[in-house]
Amino acid sequence: MTILNVAGISKSFGGVRAVADVSFSVAAGEMLALIGPNGAGKSTCFNMLNGQTAPDSGRVTLQGRDITGLSPRRIWRLGVGRTFQITATFASMTVRENVQVALLAHHRRVWRFLRPAFAWFGAEADGLLAQVGMAEQASRAAGVLAYGDLKRLELAIALANAPALLLMDEPTAGMAPSERVALMRLARDLASQRGIAVLFTEHDMDVVFGVADRILVLNRGELIAEGDGPAIRSDARVRAVYLGSGATSGGH
Amino acid sequence: MKLYRRTFLASAATVAAPSIVRAQGDAPIRIGEINSYTAVPAFTVPYRNGWQLAVEHVNAAGGVLGRKIEVVSRDDAGKPADAIRLAGELVNDQKVDLLAGGFLSNVGLAISDFARQDRKLFVAGEPLTDALVWDKGNRYTYRLRPSTYMQAAMLIDDAVKLQAKRWVTVAPNYEYGQSAVKWFKLLLAAKQPGVEFVGEQWPALGKIDAGATVAALAENKPDAIYNVTFGADLTNFVRQGNTRGLFEGKGVVSVLTGEPEYLDPLGNETPTGWIVTGYPVNSVSDPANKAFIDAYMAKYKEQPKMGSVVGYALINAIVAGIKKTGSVDSEKMADGFAGSSFATPFGSADWRAIDHQSTLGTYVGKTALKDGKPVMVDWHYVSGADALPSDAEVKKMRPA
Amino acid sequence: MGFVLVQFLTGLASASSLFLVAAGLTVIFGVTRVVNFAHGSLYMLGAYLGWTILSRLPGGPAWFAGGVVLAGLGIAAVGVLIEVLLLQRIYKAPELLQLLATFGVVLVVQDLVLKLWGPNDLTLSRPPWMRSFVQIAGERMPFYDLLMIGIGPLVLLALWLLFTRTRWGTLVRAATQDREMVAALGVDQRLLFTTVFALGAGLAGIGGALALPDGSANGQMDLTAITDAFVVVVVGGLGSLPGAYLASLLIALLQAFGIVLLPKITLVLVFVVMAVVLVVRPNGLLGRKLTLARGEANTLALVRPAEPALRWLGVAALLLAVWAPWFVGPFALSVMTEMLVAMLFAASLHVMMGPGGMPSFGHAAWFGLGAYGAAFAVKGLALSMPAALVVAPFGAALAALVFGGFVVRLSGVYLAMLTLAFAQIVWAVMFQAVSVTGGDNGILGVWPAGWASNPRVFYWLTLAICVACVLVLRRALYAPFGYALRATRDSALRAEAIGLNAGSLRLVALVIAGAAAGLAGGLAAFSKGSVFPTYISIDRSVDALVMVLLGGVQSMAGPVVGALAYTGLFDMLLMVTDLWRLVLGLSIIALVLVFPQGIAGTTYRLWLRGREA
Repeated sequence: MTILNVAGISKSFGGVRAVADVSFSVAAGEMLALIGPNGAGKSTCFNMLNGQTAPDSGRVTLQGRDITGLSPRRIWRLGVGRTFQITATFASMTVRENVQVALLAHHRRVWRFLRPAFAWFGAEADGLLAQVGMAEQASRAAGVLAYGDLKRLELAIALANAPALLLMDEPTAGMAPSERVALMRLARDLASQRGIAVLFTEHDMDVVFGVADRILVLNRGELIAEGDGPAIRSDARVRAVYLGSGATSGGH
Repeated sequence: MKLYRRTFLASAATVAAPSIVRAQGDAPIRIGEINSYTAVPAFTVPYRNGWQLAVEHVNAAGGVLGRKIEVVSRDDAGKPADAIRLAGELVNDQKVDLLAGGFLSNVGLAISDFARQDRKLFVAGEPLTDALVWDKGNRYTYRLRPSTYMQAAMLIDDAVKLQAKRWVTVAPNYEYGQSAVKWFKLLLAAKQPGVEFVGEQWPALGKIDAGATVAALAENKPDAIYNVTFGADLTNFVRQGNTRGLFEGKGVVSVLTGEPEYLDPLGNETPTGWIVTGYPVNSVSDPANKAFIDAYMAKYKEQPKMGSVVGYALINAIVAGIKKTGSVDSEKMADGFAGSSFATPFGSADWRAIDHQSTLGTYVGKTALKDGKPVMVDWHYVSGADALPSDAEVKKMRPA
Repeated sequence: MGFVLVQFLTGLASASSLFLVAAGLTVIFGVTRVVNFAHGSLYMLGAYLGWTILSRLPGGPAWFAGGVVLAGLGIAAVGVLIEVLLLQRIYKAPELLQLLATFGVVLVVQDLVLKLWGPNDLTLSRPPWMRSFVQIAGERMPFYDLLMIGIGPLVLLALWLLFTRTRWGTLVRAATQDREMVAALGVDQRLLFTTVFALGAGLAGIGGALALPDGSANGQMDLTAITDAFVVVVVGGLGSLPGAYLASLLIALLQAFGIVLLPKITLVLVFVVMAVVLVVRPNGLLGRKLTLARGEANTLALVRPAEPALRWLGVAALLLAVWAPWFVGPFALSVMTEMLVAMLFAASLHVMMGPGGMPSFGHAAWFGLGAYGAAFAVKGLALSMPAALVVAPFGAALAALVFGGFVVRLSGVYLAMLTLAFAQIVWAVMFQAVSVTGGDNGILGVWPAGWASNPRVFYWLTLAICVACVLVLRRALYAPFGYALRATRDSALRAEAIGLNAGSLRLVALVIAGAAAGLAGGLAAFSKGSVFPTYISIDRSVDALVMVLLGGVQSMAGPVVGALAYTGLFDMLLMVTDLWRLVLGLSIIALVLVFPQGIAGTTYRLWLRGREA
């Protein structure tokens, strides 16, 4: 089942084409990686999907519904979870409260003024935290977590609205190599268990080839290749782009 | 000063005894005094010197009703709300017999309303607003200084003599400035039909944009100028006016400018020939004034200012009122003060029964420079009694 | 035509004066992110020191220039003292704590000036060259004003060269962009900050000394200068020198021509300009969006519901407060009533500043609107006291709702200054509409209803209302609404991504805060029997800020403790000493150094640490 369908989206900034006529789709339970050298248009492409940027042309549909140009808030409501390249969590709250706030937003219980917040969706929050392996840290302050734990917390927050699509922007940036694969395996397991479509950008080719079902390669705003790991590895244009740009497996 | 103050701890210590029976007999009569000591030090420091001198004099002469007097003084920081709290402290904890003081009009009105509510006598010194004795007047409030109306009225005769047709006004943008201009316009128009007010400027108090204000006034091509600004604003206004030639060939009538507080800072830039109200401390010669000035200079090594006169006269006026009443009971004093006469450095004055305004007057004269120092010349004393509207008009303004 | 030209030139001269006041403030803020409330005090000290120096020098232009520079150097030295002794110790403290510390400096300087230079305005005798003028199109233009017209742009040019053509300037600009990078380059950031502060202070000192020929050195200059400086800096864009000059031009020219057309506009003009600019350009004319200077988001402490011990402490305090009227005198009771009102006022600001992340420099607007609302209800509509106490919060909340839409789009100091603009506009309306509001003479006779006229009864009523409201506010902050609000403060990006509408949340927080402050204002009106424009004044807004910061912005305990401590300290000092400003200022500075997280915040942290050990 196709969750996300992208048809011919383009975006220019001051006459410079950042993304040109890109089309693809992601199916439920599928891990799709979006890769490309720096400046290839990955971030712009991502931002057009999550609502940060409106495309100049083209259409984005989520489960058959047109979401082109909607605000990030609306897009979350329609079932899109996100994690950020630089983690964004609520530092003055505990791990559990971070997830509870997301659940409150999801269940539309934000405008409640009397009953204390800790009494809302505690069990559901703990359940999500258990899924990402953070149950034991539920009472710790989010502000003091190790980086890898923050990433997992973000994942739990992103799952709070039971998303059909998960957008992960450079999910493993800044993590130790051993943690990277573990995090993405976790994401992969969640995707297949819950039937979530996952689209992620990534620099680390070990991660990409290790967990992605399918890979999209962008260069100068254009989609130059699409396929599974072996197909991409052997694609002449991809090799040219990557070898030419000097990038190697391992990212930064 | 410390002599007159009680610490917070001491006042908190009275908690256990809600209503101490005050030993009447020879215990001093306590006057609770509130003023804007930190907010307006240029006026209140000489003012405090003045009332301290008066307290010494009164007590040296045996006090009143056989008792000494004592002043408990408080700083209101220039805020009416704080003044009200302090009035409560003075009345309830310090057990003062009456309240006195005030510089700012709003502080004066706040204390007067407290006095009405609490049925305690309040003798206001400096607050100039007409409302204090007229439309917001009350039985328990008396006021010493000539009001805004009276200040304007005292200048009218000289203003008419200028025979100027086109007038402009400049006044600080608040109630005092607005009233001072309103009365001046009304009174002048009544005495000099055909007079025109062709322009007005309302600089924010303490923030005058003097250059632009002066140029804007000049652009109205006036024959004469009525000024209500004072203090730092006046200094800036005069300097820009001098350089830009605003005052040349024009009559200027200016309220309060002859008071040493405001005149001295003008220094050798004092424009000459302005018609002002004030205090010609250098040239007065009547015995009461001389005696006061000498005593003041002996104690403080500087000349008294207008504030000193207000402080000194305030204590005398209170003592005279108590003497006439023969008691410090609030209700009795509220009636008894009316009609009493008291001595001031400016001569004798009375408390009017009709509105509780005193008839203390002020000097009207012209500004001049003597040896590079600002002075008032050609002055004459105008009694407050001659600068008040008719009794019928007062009755109309004052609530029954 | 001559008039228009001369008025234009006069406006240019005023613009230079404004720019000189503001330049130092924007330099200091741009680099150190310190909101220096004492900038006006440095300006005033510059004028006084300038007077001391210049009144002893011959009157020639060269001597004058030398004296002014000397005064500037003197004030730069004062700036170094303030920076090294005070600010350097609290750079790591929560944002705006420096504001509290420098407010302490303002109070101290006021009393020092009074003690050192006396109560009278000090004027500098002008030599002939300062009094001279030039005939322009038939009108006289003062020579000194023409000189000032040149000085503003010259100082701007000099600063621009300093920042772009020297190594020091390059480092400073780098520090403005990225502090970590500068630290990584091995530059002593402390020295950099000290020199920047000295430069800013020196500019203020020069500005003060240059104002002498136009007027006097007087004790009110500091507060006038600080408001002007803040307005100019914010309108121009924080940290932008060309912006500050542009803003000075805009304000001075509008002022010069505005007073010709609408003479009574003097009170509001600058604030209307600021409000319009901020609504149209949320980062000022030439400002850029502020980057987080210190990564505040990561240093936010965990907010926990109160420990049982603290709850019991609160219950005990409440019982004591209920019991109090039987054993304290009437005056102590009136002070306690005032403390309760202050507590609610501070708590309402906490809702905005703490979980809302919206610092406000104009919180007195809501307090004042509540007070005036109650007064109008009683005096104008002849309503009863209970009805007036309903009108008060609703009136304030309504105004907050209308105005809040503009406020919540902004952030940081810009937001704070827009609230100040609004408060000043409300203040000016109350101040100027004499026929309706009595102007500064206020509205009198707003005494409590007969059944509550006994001070004890009124105290209990105030106690019940204030404590109930504080508890309700606190409850809302721990409810989903409060968490969602705090989420938008902690991470706007994440809040947006989980579907939280930051704009609505902040607006509702502002309306709630406005209503609570309005209720506090209504109670204040009845407890004092009158209302005055001072209820809306900057002083009052600063009081609220001081109370919240003094107590700590972390939790509701902060504003409560802060309000009680500050009100108590202030009321006590006012009775005990003439030098209350000096003592209060020093107390605030000491408290800031001892309790960098606020009294409640730091105490709580220490207590937690003690338990963990």
